[in-house]
Amino acid sequence: MGQKVMWWSVFLLALWPAGRLALRAWRGDLGPDPLITLEHGTGFWAFMLLLATLSITPIRRLSGWNPIIKLRKMLGNWCAAYAVAHVTIYLILDQGLDWPSIWADALDHKRIFLGLAAFLILLTLSATSPNFMVRRLGRRWGQIHRAIYAAVILVVIHFALTQKLDWREPLLWGGVVALLLGARVWWAVSKGKRSPG
Amino acid sequence: MSRFIVPRIAPSEITDEKHFWDRRTWLTKVAGAIGASTLIGQRLSATAPQRLAQADTPTPYESITHYNNFYEFSTDKEEVASLVGNFRSTPWTVSVEGEVKRPKRYDLAELLRGLPVEDRTYRHRCVEGWSMLIPWNGIPLAAIIRRLEPTSRAKYIEFTTLLDPAQMPGQRRATLQWPYVEALRIDEAMNPLALLITGIYGKPLLPQNGAPLRLVTPWKYGFKGAKSIVRIRFVERQPATTWALTAPDEYGFYANVNPAVDHPRWSQATERRIGRFGRQPTLPFNGYGAQVASLYTGMDLRVNY
Repeated sequence: MGQKVMWWSVFLLALWPAGRLALRAWRGDLGPDPLITLEHGTGFWAFMLLLATLSITPIRRLSGWNPIIKLRKMLGNWCAAYAVAHVTIYLILDQGLDWPSIWADALDHKRIFLGLAAFLILLTLSATSPNFMVRRLGRRWGQIHRAIYAAVILVVIHFALTQKLDWREPLLWGGVVALLLGARVWWAVSKGKRSPG
Repeated sequence: MSRFIVPRIAPSEITDEKHFWDRRTWLTKVAGAIGASTLIGQRLSATAPQRLAQADTPTPYESITHYNNFYEFSTDKEEVASLVGNFRSTPWTVSVEGEVKRPKRYDLAELLRGLPVEDRTYRHRCVEGWSMLIPWNGIPLAAIIRRLEPTSRAKYIEFTTLLDPAQMPGQRRATLQWPYVEALRIDEAMNPLALLITGIYGKPLLPQNGAPLRLVTPWKYGFKGAKSIVRIRFVERQPATTWALTAPDEYGFYANVNPAVDHPRWSQATERRIGRFGRQPTLPFNGYGAQVASLYTGMDLRVNY
């Protein structure tokens, strides 16, 4: 019962930023630059949900509270959903589905290239997240899902490259990522055999 | 000498305001349905660019005054307007220095006295890839330069923004090297398009837009337009300018709007008009080539970006 409440609370919490953006959009209250408000809003929350997904395992290990693992898949899929919204907004509202322009943008600019690479990883992970896929993939599932570490590194760089000058935020989130990944490296090295999830 | 003709946006290019707002509301609502169906998106993208190409209408005052790159207050464009409360633009003095007949500290009113303020609606293109159409009120820079009588050694004109962290909270952090400095070659400065701005939409300039006096050179990226100017200096050598010092590979001294030269991190071929979705092509010299291209004859604009 308690776990179900927790699951649903977190589920609704993750829906909240999208709901707020949608409400603001409906009221025509997205500020002077609605596109950027939507694009950055969805992108930022995809990033935050990616960090949330990655903090489940460390929290579980540090607290010893195992039920929290039930949140991991849901948070990961929410992250992918926000990423889909983010990329859709970029492709349609920003680029107007001008594929040559999108292609050139991705090839010419690291920021776009890294973002799209991270997006493809997140899509793959989300697509392989249902239980039947976990069963079907067996041991390889764990190997595939380690790609989330690559994704979060790509996302941090993608985020940092959007900043013109102010490095406080990229440094803050970069620090969080370093902690989350560093903890796994630390555990892997110190315990040797236990595999981080 | 032929009379200079201020380029105007043809009335046929301007959307009736009511239709503009109808469309804007509609677009915003469509965006609201995001997570949205691709079908709607395709419809949007199919109609938007063609319309943008035909239609141009001044950016709403609210947007012009609440979307500001003014790092002296904040690096967040939508936060600047909320941080200008302590800013006092009167009294205001402008110190005129360097290669000029009579260096002097002018009271602003004295500097501008008798020079007619003109209404000029210019395209405004930010180096970040967004644009506006802004109805400025200002005085041609050339008229002020003539009044100040620079010497023959004045090859460049340099503008310095107020340095006062007490009024400008963004200056308490070293995001840029303060004070902000921008400059033009003297022949660029004499071009009739260059304005010193005192108002927008017929209203006095607000602090977030660079009150009480700022530069506008519409064929260049917006960062060339120094705001809240306290010093005008005429010099013989090209001055070191703030953004060119900060990231020389990304921001050059000339900073002419040029769709053929990308910013290292993003394309400059297209731009987003604030308040609309989709993109429109960026024009060489921001569409003012007929007025300014001759200033750069023989120069490689890929090198002098």
